[in-house]
Amino acid sequence: MSKEKFDYFINGEKGKYEVVIGLEVHAQVLSKSKLFSGSSTKFGADPNNQVSLIDSAFPGMLPVINEECVKQAVRTGLGLNAKINNYSVFDRKNYFYADLPQGYQISQYKNPIVGEGKVLLDMPYGSKEIGIERLHLEQDAGKSIHDMDPSNTYVDLNRSGIALMEIVSKPDLRSPDEVNAYIKKLRSIMRYLGTCDGNMQEGSLRADVNVSVRKEGDKNFGTRCEIKNVNSIKFMQMAIEYEAARQVELIENGKAIDQETRLFDTKKNETRSMRSKEDAHDYRYFPDPDLLPLKLEQKLIDDLKKTLPELPDKKKERFIKEYGLNAYEANVLVSEKEISDYYEEVAKLSDKKLAATWMMGDLFAMLNDKGLDISKSPISAKHFAELVQSIKSGEISGRIAKEVFEIMLETGDNPKKIIESKGLKQQSDPKELEKMIDEILTKNKDKVDQYKSGKEKLFGFFVGQVMKSSGGKANPQLTNEILKKLLKG
Amino acid sequence: MADITNQSLNEIIENIKTKKVSSTDLTKAYIKNIESAKKLNAFVTTTFDQALDKAKQFDNKPNFNQLLPGIPLAVKDLFCTENTKTTAGSNILNNFIPSYESTVTKNLWNNGSFLLGKLNCDEFAMGSSNETSHYGNVINPVGDQLVPGGSSGGSSSALAADLTPATIGTDTGGSIRQPASFTGTVGLKPTYGLCSRWGIVAFASSLDQAGPMTKTIKDCAIMLESMSGFDEKDSTSINKKKEQYSKNLKDNIKGLKIGIPKEYRVDNMPKEVDELWEKGKKILKDLGAQLIDISLPHTKYALPTYYIVAPAEASSNLARYDGVRYGYRSKQGKDLIEMYEKTRSEGFGDEVKRRILIGTYVLSSGYYDAYYLKAQKVRQLIKKDFDDSFTKIDAILTPSTPSSAFKIGEKTNDPVSMYLNDIFTVPVNLAGLPALSMPAGVDKQGYPLGLQLIGKALDEQKILNIGYAFEKNCGFKNEIKKWWS
Repeated sequence: MSKEKFDYFINGEKGKYEVVIGLEVHAQVLSKSKLFSGSSTKFGADPNNQVSLIDSAFPGMLPVINEECVKQAVRTGLGLNAKINNYSVFDRKNYFYADLPQGYQISQYKNPIVGEGKVLLDMPYGSKEIGIERLHLEQDAGKSIHDMDPSNTYVDLNRSGIALMEIVSKPDLRSPDEVNAYIKKLRSIMRYLGTCDGNMQEGSLRADVNVSVRKEGDKNFGTRCEIKNVNSIKFMQMAIEYEAARQVELIENGKAIDQETRLFDTKKNETRSMRSKEDAHDYRYFPDPDLLPLKLEQKLIDDLKKTLPELPDKKKERFIKEYGLNAYEANVLVSEKEISDYYEEVAKLSDKKLAATWMMGDLFAMLNDKGLDISKSPISAKHFAELVQSIKSGEISGRIAKEVFEIMLETGDNPKKIIESKGLKQQSDPKELEKMIDEILTKNKDKVDQYKSGKEKLFGFFVGQVMKSSGGKANPQLTNEILKKLLKG
Repeated sequence: MADITNQSLNEIIENIKTKKVSSTDLTKAYIKNIESAKKLNAFVTTTFDQALDKAKQFDNKPNFNQLLPGIPLAVKDLFCTENTKTTAGSNILNNFIPSYESTVTKNLWNNGSFLLGKLNCDEFAMGSSNETSHYGNVINPVGDQLVPGGSSGGSSSALAADLTPATIGTDTGGSIRQPASFTGTVGLKPTYGLCSRWGIVAFASSLDQAGPMTKTIKDCAIMLESMSGFDEKDSTSINKKKEQYSKNLKDNIKGLKIGIPKEYRVDNMPKEVDELWEKGKKILKDLGAQLIDISLPHTKYALPTYYIVAPAEASSNLARYDGVRYGYRSKQGKDLIEMYEKTRSEGFGDEVKRRILIGTYVLSSGYYDAYYLKAQKVRQLIKKDFDDSFTKIDAILTPSTPSSAFKIGEKTNDPVSMYLNDIFTVPVNLAGLPALSMPAGVDKQGYPLGLQLIGKALDEQKILNIGYAFEKNCGFKNEIKKWWS
């Protein structure tokens, strides 16, 4: 496959600008209970129904670390090929807000649980490594609801205290496409690990986006702006595009960029200043005296490492080697654990290459159409494998297969049954086919003459007639061969 | 029978066990005392009806095997008590009724006792005279013009005035030991982590520790045994086997090495305090202990260190009192920020505000390293001083306070002189060690003075034993005239 060249630059009047992006991804940890309390973390409960005395910061309440959340952070760190710190510290980040009951968020500041790591992206111009700066654990805040009442704000604390992993990338990303690939890769890794469901609609995955620009070839970074709390990849991309263009315009006009925090307005498709550096909060971080430093034994880390599932990068390599897929196919089929599981089940029972083609074609189109995850696919892997195998064996043609696929979808029947009961089996008996084709040619003598005098386009007409008369069941390859032979004679 | 309320807890328990007195009669006797002692202002809340119900329940079905059979107890109003208002001495918790019970009080109730009422204290335990309480100052039964010490001033006053047979307080920088010293009673600050902090309104999390306040050392052992223990709900709780302090109490201290730190002889210390310290040394020596001069060189930095660490933690711990979910909320305020400002301005008193400001300042960007971080380093040095000394000695003897009880209003306008009261007690909190204040004598005005025994971490039994031996040979008797009734 020919490789494209990286080409994402902003063209100003005074030159080409490179966009530098770093992400702080907030990923909700998959765990039954919150980071420091026993409350449930289930999404969608009635407001303030999953709130303990700890989450609502009643007097004298104390946090106790949830071991499962720690393990999930370690698993994620291992999945990011990162250094796991045996010693980490929980700090208090102090600020007042109505949905922050303690008046501080318990987070990790100087000593995070996970250190440097890396994520590999597959870009059209080759693979690219994105550095991970750190991953730390922290509490999520509650939600302020401003639109329920004209004069009051309501607070829902169900989310208050849920464990978040903040995954901070190095400023290694250079385009909205790379951001797209990075978020999808992170999401995929965490879903493989079962450490975050990655559901962006429910807010399980959100990001703060740091954007700066610099002239192509510059070694130094420009002044960056942080766009807070963007909750979809599309919005991240739009925000980056807007922000980069804004910064280039400022530079071109000889103006300085203020280091500031900005908001992305999804309706107006623009970023807006939220607070300047001067107004930045002084969070007064200090170690939380209610919690002892978190000391992890190496054995725990090693044990977790042993139980990690096969991750997308490894699986991709294996798919290429074991199933003879190309890199693109392998990439698509490992992007979600459920997809790779489905594929492996199909590949076990049918032709591996053909299975990949059909999955990525008709199956994905159908799922996409119906808005379904593969885990909810109305067609089971076993039935799908039978269908692929029927194509492979020549029992049905690709065109008939599409018809069978539709019937499978409607009835849930297995393809064998459908093919038999509807008589869709391909007509592959050369003698019978020849007889049928001979009749067709006799009936269309004039066309045969035209064909012979050079109008070769008419070949398609004859194929069409054969298909029509066979009800689409004529073996296409055989039809071609026989037609050619008879038309020559 | 003579007035049972002036007996020790241990004697009262004996009387209950031998059925010389019922829990109901005992409770009634205390209620009578409390009702006639309103002048002392020791109580914020009383729970008489509930107490009488519990007493009746006990009498109907007594269990004499418990550590505190049928004993009514009043506790500092910093412990959250289920369905009973808990104020922490503050206006901001004026209407706060917890739906939960602190681990320490739950332990007490599980050992057979029940709540008699909630005792006044300095607001959020910030104070050394009980004058910062929103519910008015408490009077020391020793004299009608005297402070009872603080912050557990309601506790010391109620105990000395026979309004409760024993009580509990909290000690962040001396809040149990100083009031005990001012009222001629016994107060113990346990090793950090021995008693759970769960359900105690927090002041400074790394220093706060609940402990008993009693009339005798034996009572102190009984109470400590009842209230302490590992609690998985407190991450800083120490997981160890429970000890039987009262059963193991011994008065033989022969051969024990007692350290005498030279840094505890401070300028302008009244002569009587020095004399009392000498008296204490002599008693211990006569009992066969060996006195050893030691040095704790970083002692002089303890007070400034404490007044950085404690306010820093407090400024963050008190952020939750914002009027949003519970407690006082100002009726005024157009928006969220103004609601916060008004609520906290109206809800907190001056001393609390002062400490929130100090704490916010020392944690601020640009000051953190110079203050908070430096203080944490000094704290380690102070701890190391003790660790080094304890390789050579069993316990340390010092005065509990640099003076006896002072007059109400005497130091209210001079915070620094107020803070100096804690000079002998704060190093212990910074180091997380156990320390006992035991009554040892009186000054020339007849006001009680205490001596402090500091132990190694988790060496409560040893300092209780030394205190037990000292008590038997000291000859101190707390003679308080009931001028208020």
